[in-house]
Amino acid sequence: MTETENIYKKRQILSAQIDLSKFNKKNFDKATDEEKKQQEVMGESSSFLKDGLRRLRKNHMAMASIIILIALIVAIIVIPMIVPYSYSDMITVNGHRDGTAVNLPPMYYSQRELQYMQETGEKLFPHILGTDSLGRDYFIRVVYGTRVSLSVGVVSAVMVLIIGVIYGTISGYFGGKVDLIMMRIVDIIYSLPDMLIIILLSVVLNARLTPLIKGTVLAKLGGNMLAMFIVFALLYWVGMARLVRGQILSIKNNEYILAAKAIGTPNGQIMRKHIVPNVLSIIIITTALQVPSAIFTESYLSFLGLGVNLPMTSLGSLANDARATITSAPYRLLVPALVIVVIVLALNLIGDGLRDAFDSKLN
Amino acid sequence: MSKYMVKRVLLAIASIIIVTLITFFVMNLIPGGPFTAEKAPSQAVMDALTKRYNLDKPLGEQYMLYMRNLLHGDWGIDMKNGREIGPDLFSKFAVSAKLGGIAMIIAIVVGVILGSIAALKRNKVPDRIIIFFTTLGTAMPSFILATLLLLIFCVQLAIFPVFSSNPSLVLPVISLAVYPTAYITRLTKTSMLDALSQDYIRTARAKGVSRSKIIFVHALKNGLIPVVTYLGPQIAYIITGSMVVETIFTVPGLGTYFVKAITDRNYSVIMATTIFLAVLMIVANLITDIVYKLIDPRINFE
Repeated sequence: MTETENIYKKRQILSAQIDLSKFNKKNFDKATDEEKKQQEVMGESSSFLKDGLRRLRKNHMAMASIIILIALIVAIIVIPMIVPYSYSDMITVNGHRDGTAVNLPPMYYSQRELQYMQETGEKLFPHILGTDSLGRDYFIRVVYGTRVSLSVGVVSAVMVLIIGVIYGTISGYFGGKVDLIMMRIVDIIYSLPDMLIIILLSVVLNARLTPLIKGTVLAKLGGNMLAMFIVFALLYWVGMARLVRGQILSIKNNEYILAAKAIGTPNGQIMRKHIVPNVLSIIIITTALQVPSAIFTESYLSFLGLGVNLPMTSLGSLANDARATITSAPYRLLVPALVIVVIVLALNLIGDGLRDAFDSKLN
Repeated sequence: MSKYMVKRVLLAIASIIIVTLITFFVMNLIPGGPFTAEKAPSQAVMDALTKRYNLDKPLGEQYMLYMRNLLHGDWGIDMKNGREIGPDLFSKFAVSAKLGGIAMIIAIVVGVILGSIAALKRNKVPDRIIIFFTTLGTAMPSFILATLLLLIFCVQLAIFPVFSSNPSLVLPVISLAVYPTAYITRLTKTSMLDALSQDYIRTARAKGVSRSKIIFVHALKNGLIPVVTYLGPQIAYIITGSMVVETIFTVPGLGTYFVKAITDRNYSVIMATTIFLAVLMIVANLITDIVYKLIDPRINFE
């Protein structure tokens, strides 16, 4: 007996090792699938998006806001298909303009409409919010106003998103002199008073642009709105650009970027595949919060008489027009005001909810 | 520090120059130039305008001369009534500054108090009530709030007259103050919570410093720094807000003056007022930035 065998023997005696020679194959059963499953203690694999959505779903305020907003969007798409009145023209009875349908209280019919209903026995669609001083159905005007205000908000936010992200990514990624020059430009734009420049451009561009866009789709919105979009594109993206640049500066020093560079990944691909996904959460949140700010700006402009062109309307211009009849018909102010508050509140809560759910630094 | 200051001042000067350039040249984009109204002004006014704005000179020279006049305190003349803009501008500004100043003071005092309460009673009833109202306050444009106040207090309750030549400042101040109050409350809450979790607060507590002294002396001092940074941009809000609030309550301030100039297409007044307000905002932001660096010694100056 050699020494190694000796040690082995000793260990066999003292250790808890099972002596396999005492068993044969019959003593062993194959584990069933069920038994195998018991061994799996791993949770389901979860992605960044899934994690965030799970946290978002727990936030009741944000979820309620999302539902309200979706309901509102569905409503402004569907309602104009149901309500038979136009936002731009006076109510007509039997093809004739109805002069008696001016300033009707909610749910009332005009004299001529009552007469018509009596004669034909046909039931006309009610004026849910009455009519305005030009005999237009107010409910449908609020619906169209909401459409305009929401679209202005979304279009502005998307513009800010595109310009801000491209600019910030380039500036942050290349760094050095490029960054220095690009950020000085941002600094200067940041300190320009945006509202004043919007007003200034609206005043001027309206005179210049209106003849240019005549006959196109843009003419419906008018030179003022175009001026606002131009200013958004020129000025409002700087906040987004700064944010994205800051994020990228901190991300680009990570090892995985270095690794990608080392294996010769082109710059564009590094940006698209590695950097942008990492700054995505902050971009989404900022965009969500940009929408209410654009809606605010639009309503201010409408209030100053620099809003959308007549007869198109927005929530801001509805509220402004309602001031003339504030004593006789206060609901005409309250309804658009309420819609603005609901939209802005919902978007703010969604933005906050997204930040809590997706910003990993806060967890 | 001085390097930062120089950089910041240069940036402000560059911004002012750009704003004046934009204002001047954009105004000249108006078909026929800014001084041709639909209803032509009288010959006397036209002559005065040509002489004052050097309309017979090339555009670049016009700008240089306009800027030289500005630096000498000459704001030009009102193309509707031929009067000097300067004195009008400053008397209107005095009214707006009073309105905005009171609103700001109220916003700071109320906002800091509410924010501190919310931080101290975190997740309890007072906190929830305060946060509910501040969320609502930041979701309402000031002109809607102003019109609602007008509806409630002037029309329904008839406490104040709807139109008056010398309106009470109570409602305009409230309309202007709500948004910044809500914002400052949220800001104070966040920074107070941050300050209360710092080590020096625990040290103070361990040493037996009284609760109120910890809150008002130790925590609030650092908790207020973010509020200071917010004050500069706030000037911009007060100005845009006062345009509509003043119009609604017929306060004879700069806002009303500006809005009237816009509706009248009174281009010389629009130009002068825009430049005045823009310079005001840029200078306010400059001062805020410098004060911020001065009061927070934790920030290093590269």
